[in-house]
Amino acid sequence: MTGVLDVLKTGPSVTVQDMGRIGQLGQGVGQGGAADKLALAEGAALLGQDIGCACLEMAALGGTFRATRDLRIALTGAPMSVEREGETLRWNAAHLLKAGQVLSIGSVRSGVYGYLHVGGGLANAPVLGSRSAHLLAGLGRMVQPGDQLPLGTDPSARVGVTLEVADRTKGGNFRVVETPQTILFDPDTRQRFFATSFKRDARANRMGVRVDCGEAAGFSASGQLSLVSDFALPGDIQMTGNGDPAVLLVEAQTTAGYPRIGTVIPCDLPRIAQANLSAPIIFELVDRETALGLQRKADAEMAALASRVVPLVRDPRDIPDLLSYQLIDGVISAHKEPEAP
Amino acid sequence: MKLQVNASQTWPQISPVGLSGLLVRFGDKLDPVANTAAIACRAGLEAENWPEVAETASALASVILRIDLAVHDEAALMRRLASWLAARNWTDVALPEGRKLWSIPAVFGGVYGPQLAEVAGLGGVSEAQTIEDVSETRLRVLALGFAPGQPYLGFLPERWDIPRQTGVTGQVPGGAIVLAVRQIVLFAGASPTGWRQIAQTSFQCCQPGSAEPLPLRPGDEVRFVPIAEEDFEKPVWSEAIL
Repeated sequence: MTGVLDVLKTGPSVTVQDMGRIGQLGQGVGQGGAADKLALAEGAALLGQDIGCACLEMAALGGTFRATRDLRIALTGAPMSVEREGETLRWNAAHLLKAGQVLSIGSVRSGVYGYLHVGGGLANAPVLGSRSAHLLAGLGRMVQPGDQLPLGTDPSARVGVTLEVADRTKGGNFRVVETPQTILFDPDTRQRFFATSFKRDARANRMGVRVDCGEAAGFSASGQLSLVSDFALPGDIQMTGNGDPAVLLVEAQTTAGYPRIGTVIPCDLPRIAQANLSAPIIFELVDRETALGLQRKADAEMAALASRVVPLVRDPRDIPDLLSYQLIDGVISAHKEPEAP
Repeated sequence: MKLQVNASQTWPQISPVGLSGLLVRFGDKLDPVANTAAIACRAGLEAENWPEVAETASALASVILRIDLAVHDEAALMRRLASWLAARNWTDVALPEGRKLWSIPAVFGGVYGPQLAEVAGLGGVSEAQTIEDVSETRLRVLALGFAPGQPYLGFLPERWDIPRQTGVTGQVPGGAIVLAVRQIVLFAGASPTGWRQIAQTSFQCCQPGSAEPLPLRPGDEVRFVPIAEEDFEKPVWSEAIL
């Protein structure tokens, strides 16, 4: 059964996202897709479906939604306040939203990008091979109140499951490998860069995240302004003209003329995208062997997510109307004889 | 004084790009030979169709091979790529076949080219000569980038080696034709730019709904055909196989 997800209200930056576009880099089309690809994998594991299913990405603020059919949903990424008909729901879990019930997703509690996945995925028409909005490239648009998002066919019925997820919103150390331009930075600049403790700046979006180095001087390369433009990929740490570093994210332009001192390895990118404002960010240069080992481990963990999905056991503290429950039904006395009917 | 000779700068050079691919560079500055090599190399690699390669693409002077290096052996692939590259002389290769020549009508000057006079001044010629130089040069699509389907076109005659503006134009419209450093960019959508706008076309280089949404390919050639301001809306571009 298909149907639609009615959008009643939205925050300012809600878009449809999937894994993005592969194969059109040479035509100026970057991969794009969800800013936090691990959140896509978690949603897919919770709903027992393909990682390619499209979902809603909500930056900072969610929205209010209602489905025309019974709908399995999963909530992943940055945890947000969420209620189904007034009842608080667990984040990183799959739930049932019955036809006509209202789902209200509020503001983010930590991190940046929250995700609402639906059983069967969203089924809007793909553009250039993907359902993802890529606003900087002029593909797709923001989700707006009044939108009716078509739902795909859902072959499963499993809900009430959850996934233990490590917090990835607090910044920390980010592993970096060299780029072809690393050598353009003199050894002192490189050493200073990797010894600096940065903070996630307020200037951050799907294109990239600026990091603030406080009083430290900028980090410029020699011959910075005469570089021939080359491919830029998510994770690249780009030095702009004034020496401010920015980590490129999913909507980065496909080519860049600024030198990149290093590249954050793919498995650390969800933590960059989700880092809270002012979270500490330290870039740690690792050799390729180490980086490949870390990435393989992360890939294996991602592939095993489905096996870590467990039934959702309700914590009594999460039940708002606990006192209205009949908790002593079925309690019998070991001493008293049953009363005659 | 000792002369420093950097012997390591021989082309092409192979390097990994993060954990997601290999990069082949044909030079550290943009010139027609490096660009031809990049376009030809990409076509050659597409024909090879190596199973480890998810995607190939060419930029102004380089080619990327998207490969998941956490899955496929980096050292072995670099060796295979190096021996493949060594089998050809990249300073003397032909562009691939099946490229197109596009004739794209454009209105120069006036509201559609507000900086034509300024650009003519920088080139040291009249506006009429500027229009002639641009429209009589068959410009190659050097690369597509920045936005989907958006071409970097080159090369204009030497006198058009003019710098970008120091400031940025807040916004030029989609279809804007801007000039700097012997190149032209045809904007896919409205955008801020440091280049100067000399003309505009109704041709769209990103047409998401159509059968061929990104019509231009690296190696294609473009000729801008000057038209009158009142003909701006008429979509009369044509294409031919080179």
